[in-house]
Amino acid sequence: MTTLNSKTAAPHSVSGWRSAQSKRAIITVLGWSVALVIFFPIFWMILTGFKTESAAIADPTLIFSPTLESYQAVQARSGYTRFALNSVVVAFGSTFFALLIAIPSAYAMAFLPTKRTKGTLLWMLSTKMLPSVGVLVPIYLIFRDVGLLDTRTGLIIVYTLMNLPIVVWMLYTFFKDMPKDILEAGRMDGASTLQEVCFLLLPLTLPGIASTGLLSVILSWNEAFWSLNLTTSNAAPLTAYIASFSSPEGLFWAKLSAASTMAIAPILILGWMTQKQMVRGLTFGAVK
Amino acid sequence: MTKTRASGRTVGGLRTLSLQAPAVTLLLLWMIVPLGMTLWFSFQYYNLLMPGMTGFAGLENYEYLLTDPALWAAMGNTLLLVGWVLAITVVGGTLLAVLFQQEFAGRGIARVLAISPFFVMPTVSALVWKNMMMHPSNGVLAWLAESIGLPAVDWFSSLPLTSIVIIVAWQWLPFALLILLTAMQSLDEDQVEAARMDGAGPVAIFFFITLPHLKRAISVVIMIEMIFLLTIFAEIFVTTSGGPGLATTNLAYLIYIRALLDFDVGTASAGGVIAIILANIVAIFLVRMVAKNLEE
Repeated sequence: MTTLNSKTAAPHSVSGWRSAQSKRAIITVLGWSVALVIFFPIFWMILTGFKTESAAIADPTLIFSPTLESYQAVQARSGYTRFALNSVVVAFGSTFFALLIAIPSAYAMAFLPTKRTKGTLLWMLSTKMLPSVGVLVPIYLIFRDVGLLDTRTGLIIVYTLMNLPIVVWMLYTFFKDMPKDILEAGRMDGASTLQEVCFLLLPLTLPGIASTGLLSVILSWNEAFWSLNLTTSNAAPLTAYIASFSSPEGLFWAKLSAASTMAIAPILILGWMTQKQMVRGLTFGAVK
Repeated sequence: MTKTRASGRTVGGLRTLSLQAPAVTLLLLWMIVPLGMTLWFSFQYYNLLMPGMTGFAGLENYEYLLTDPALWAAMGNTLLLVGWVLAITVVGGTLLAVLFQQEFAGRGIARVLAISPFFVMPTVSALVWKNMMMHPSNGVLAWLAESIGLPAVDWFSSLPLTSIVIIVAWQWLPFALLILLTAMQSLDEDQVEAARMDGAGPVAIFFFITLPHLKRAISVVIMIEMIFLLTIFAEIFVTTSGGPGLATTNLAYLIYIRALLDFDVGTASAGGVIAIILANIVAIFLVRMVAKNLEE
């Protein structure tokens, strides 16, 4: 762990103290302005979701009477929950399978390393770099032929495989950080591999496994290349549903905003909670 | 090493193999099968609208694609998109990382707000920007411009690619910020303090201490972003559909048009091969860097 050494230098004189104060004030104003400008589109979208359609396209104002009209309309007209359910099933389903496949693999790499381990890790990383668009045609044709187009199963398969390298990598880094002595001690007491994994490794690395799972959920939830190309209606998750607002006749800003707010809220909160682990997963441990 | 290690080598090797088999097999299939098919199709006559015309096409798909002006327009757009977004996010991300590293009231909340766009799904970001921000008459930007007496800009008609760049940069700036902020945390404060004592100003500290420290993190950001930005799709799909004309068609979108709208599997596959080659050039450098990191 890094220890933060954030003591600031002691001010040497009154004038130095003054300039430090004014510098602090400038930084505070600057920092907050930048943050608010970056966040503004999200804030505006949340606000617009509580407006009526006519208020949504009127001149921008912060003063309006909030209404849940759009939220009700989104549910009533298009069945928002159906798409939300697809997102939940696909994101959590793919995460479950990715963890299931990745845990044994990461375990082997961390605790039973061979000469080939490093090569395997790097190869897994390289599969992540294959651009999806490069394999769009074959995946589409295979899915068409075996009837997986527009099914949740199809998306779960794609997302599981898409996230598998990141999940293996993240689990590997968490397993590696675990003190080996504890596993050794368990082995001395006669624990089998399965017991070792279930009663020692998993409970001890649960926070790491949880954040790996969350990252996988976030990535699957927000994925928009495969969901747009492989689904039409039955299995369409929220990314594809929101895309349906892009048609000219569907320019209902308040409804778009209400639907979007509901679609991003859970992931935004999960993202805030897991920022640190995100970095580890997204950079494959290259930035700590 | 202990005795158990030495005697258990072959058993351990076998165990490792069986534990890794599912992940490795699946990834191998996921990579080899579609890759092989893309490569195979790229040398075939294969158009779903012309079922009679099949067979080996040699390099004809590539020839057709490489002489198609659309490909070069798409390549140019891809380069512009990647280049501009990289420039904005890396420069902006570095400056913001320095800013958010300073202590100020409510810094934690300000940081969280600033990294939020990265967690917004691409279709939402694109539509919120296209409608509520950039709409020529009712958007916030038009309102802002008019309130200070400037003419409103019709973003998607007059500056289509710029509009896409803005949206994508808004999504990826927080990514750069997040990574660089993490890297900043391992900056040696004593070194900064020592430099300050020696009379170095903030600019000198930035260029001679902070920037060299961030060098590696910055290159990681560049490479990861390049891999994702090469194939930006959803943002274009929901806003401009590649237009007007070919103004916002990048390589990914062109392949999509050829494959799923023109049903020309052969040409689309040839495009796919080109995309894979481009991505791999970047990937080689990234993998090397991570490999170096593994050794430490």
